[in-house]
Amino acid sequence: MRIAGWGGTTRQDCRVSHPRSEAEVAARIAEGHAIARGAGRAYGDAAQSALNTVDMGRFDRMISFDAETGLLVAEAGVRLADVIAAFLPRGWFPAVTPGTKHVSVGGMVAADVHGKNHHRDGSFGAFVEFIDLMGPDGAVRRLTRGDNDEMFGWTLGGMGLTGVILRVGFRLRPVESGWIRQKSIVAGSLAEAMAAFEANAGATYSVAWIDCLARGVAMGRSILMLGEHASAAELPAERRAAPFGVPARRRLTVPFHAPGFALNGLTVRAFNHLYYAQGVKKAGESLVDWDSYFYPLDAIHGWNKIYGRRGFVQFQCAFPLATAEAGLAALLTEISRAGQGSFLAVLKRFGPQASRISFPMEGYTLALDFPLHARTTALLERLDRITLAEGGRFYLAKDARMTPHTLRKADKRMAEFIAMRERTGLAEAFSSTQSERLAL
Amino acid sequence: MTKGAVLILGGRSDIGRAIARAFAAEGHPVWLAARNADGLEPDRADLELRYRVEAKCFEFDVLATHRLEGFADALPGLPEVVVSVVGYMGDQQVSETDPEAAARVMRSNFEGPAAALALFANRFEARGSGVIVGISSVAGERGRATNYVYGSAKAGFTAFLSGLRNRLAKKGVHVLTVLPGFVATAMTEGMDLPEKLTAQPEEVGRAVLRAVKSKRNVIYVKPVWCLVMAVIRNIPEAIFKGMKL
Ligand SMILES: Cc1cc2nc3c(=O)[nH]c(=O)nc-3n(C[C@H](O)[C@H](O)[C@H](O)COP(=O)(O)OP(=O)(O)OC[C@H]3O[C@@H](n4cnc5c(N)ncnc54)[C@H](O)[C@@H]3O)c2cc1C
Ligand SMILES: NC(=O)c1ccc[n+]([C@@H]2O[C@H](COP(=O)([O-])OP(=O)(O)OC[C@H]3O[C@@H](n4cnc5c(N)ncnc54)[C@H](OP(=O)(O)O)[C@@H]3O)[C@@H](O)[C@H]2O)c1
Repeated sequence: MRIAGWGGTTRQDCRVSHPRSEAEVAARIAEGHAIARGAGRAYGDAAQSALNTVDMGRFDRMISFDAETGLLVAEAGVRLADVIAAFLPRGWFPAVTPGTKHVSVGGMVAADVHGKNHHRDGSFGAFVEFIDLMGPDGAVRRLTRGDNDEMFGWTLGGMGLTGVILRVGFRLRPVESGWIRQKSIVAGSLAEAMAAFEANAGATYSVAWIDCLARGVAMGRSILMLGEHASAAELPAERRAAPFGVPARRRLTVPFHAPGFALNGLTVRAFNHLYYAQGVKKAGESLVDWDSYFYPLDAIHGWNKIYGRRGFVQFQCAFPLATAEAGLAALLTEISRAGQGSFLAVLKRFGPQASRISFPMEGYTLALDFPLHARTTALLERLDRITLAEGGRFYLAKDARMTPHTLRKADKRMAEFIAMRERTGLAEAFSSTQSERLAL
Repeated sequence: MTKGAVLILGGRSDIGRAIARAFAAEGHPVWLAARNADGLEPDRADLELRYRVEAKCFEFDVLATHRLEGFADALPGLPEVVVSVVGYMGDQQVSETDPEAAARVMRSNFEGPAAALALFANRFEARGSGVIVGISSVAGERGRATNYVYGSAKAGFTAFLSGLRNRLAKKGVHVLTVLPGFVATAMTEGMDLPEKLTAQPEEVGRAVLRAVKSKRNVIYVKPVWCLVMAVIRNIPEAIFKGMKL
């Protein structure tokens, strides 16, 4: 079966199984080279193994919910969209959510995903109470936060390389409505944008979209978007009766792969320009429904196909606070010089993060995407070098092309991860196309 | 108003689970019937947790026709809708030489489900209302070398459903025949199915719910199957017998 990551650049013929019982998962693991696959929203080759891809989609049951503590126990294949559908009407929302709701709970743990509230609340792992993990011998262990069990830490952000996650207990957050009070701030430069992040450290959600084609003094100009869950009292009178009901969104579908020329330098330039102009015009406060606020791209079904058949690649790195401004400036300079705008360039402040292997670190993260062609590859390699030079690290959930050398240089923790995998028999049992490429 | 219960015979299958979810999402209580019903506890809990409806499990073996009455009597009441998802593909090659194996396929797809639905049909008729849903298969539309034992049993089941519909049309009881084309389930795991012709179980669930609401008689899940089967049905036998399908 031919499968790929969300970027579409890693298409590969893989043997894919869909186990329905723990015994079947154990049987697949026993065959070696197994990797769990969730919803396939990682951009690269993290959730595929030519010999043994284990699709966890059939483990899609929610098991229990404690309305006192907000603790939801769910199987790994449960989709975040289903969690929201079931629990938002009862006044609960994911404590951390990535930019798409079409991810699985297992994938959220394995990438230890971050959201627009990382600066305040940390990554998804901060809300995970326990993980039921099936190891290389097929035995299931409940890994608990607080145990001095190191496997809990390695599994958060471990990209499926510590075993197959079967169930997760994680906390939701109480909310009074399905609406977000959004405030947009226009920042004329990178320094202004960063200053705005620092000045708004108290906001629950913050994220900036960068016009990455702007040059010179305007380089890094961006729209910073802050958000707060609206209380019932903050809703207009006509919405108060049904605070969780939001207007149905129109779904657009990209029916086929757009021809490559649909996204040339010109369209990207026009898009970035328009987006910025719109942002400037609409700056100020507004009330936005949860779906449009957190998941704007989900409204366009199959949006990844606009990049054409060859697909696209993401680039996401994080810099520590000390070097963030220099690192970001260097990246933006390189991108605007290359004239290859990214459709989506997103900047985000990360808060403190203590974890073994997860991607976030206190500082700033920049995410970009590019349609794939020869020139992009060269550009991305230059971006890698800049990131390394400024002490940054890379997000494996977005990676489809890095070299083992780059990864190891950027992330000293990988050596320990690799040694741990060798020591515990994980290396033979679990591997993905990504882990093989990166020699993990 | 509380909605009527939906009984699903074969509640463990991917298709059965998807149908259960589609109805539960609309607020119907769901009763899952299957062999080893204890193992369905996670599904039961999921249905109650997600949709806040009542969900129950019942032990059921479609081949134990002598226990059918008892099974139906032990239910909390007479359901509004009964869906038979039960089916068994078997191994065509084994069925060709082993009459016991062939009989098992025939009984699991035809005799058993027909007996179970007949029982509910009679009770629905007496009540004057109810919906009967049978999951049959396009394999029953024409026998093919690769699965005619299964196909013939499904053909019998399809004819049974159409007869039942005819009999009950004026009695307030509706009968829906579902002829799914390929569906990505345990039954087809590992087969190389054409993507465009293959439905996900969730699509079947939604299609069945819609068809029950709008009182459709026969549905294919993916509309393209209507066309595919029209072609297959119309190939002259003289040509069909020489084809490799
Ligand atoms: C539009 C879009 C926006 C995004 N925004 C963000 C964002 O804001 N923040 C962020 O952090 N990420 C973001 N992502 C990335 C995404 O959240 C992660 O890639 C996530 O891991 C995807 O989950 P998935 O279920 O699709 O996993 P997959 O892509 O299927 O798998 C990802 C990894 O998780 C592992 N995995 C999956 N299930 C299991 C399991 N049961 N047991 C063990 N390992 C498992 C896989 O082996 C693989 O290594 C975004 C992705 C998209 C497409
Ligand atoms: N998948 C396809 O492409 C496809 C296409 C057309 C039609 N169908 C039909 O769709 C239905 C569901 O099939 P599926 O694809 O979901 O495959 P499946 O998982 O094999 O489902 C078959 C179901 O029938 C049950 N069953 C078999 N024998 C039984 C018995 N003696 N007593 C009680 N239950 C019994 C099984 O129960 P257990 O869990 O106890 O084994 C299982 O739930 C079947 O009728 C099948 O013929 C499938």
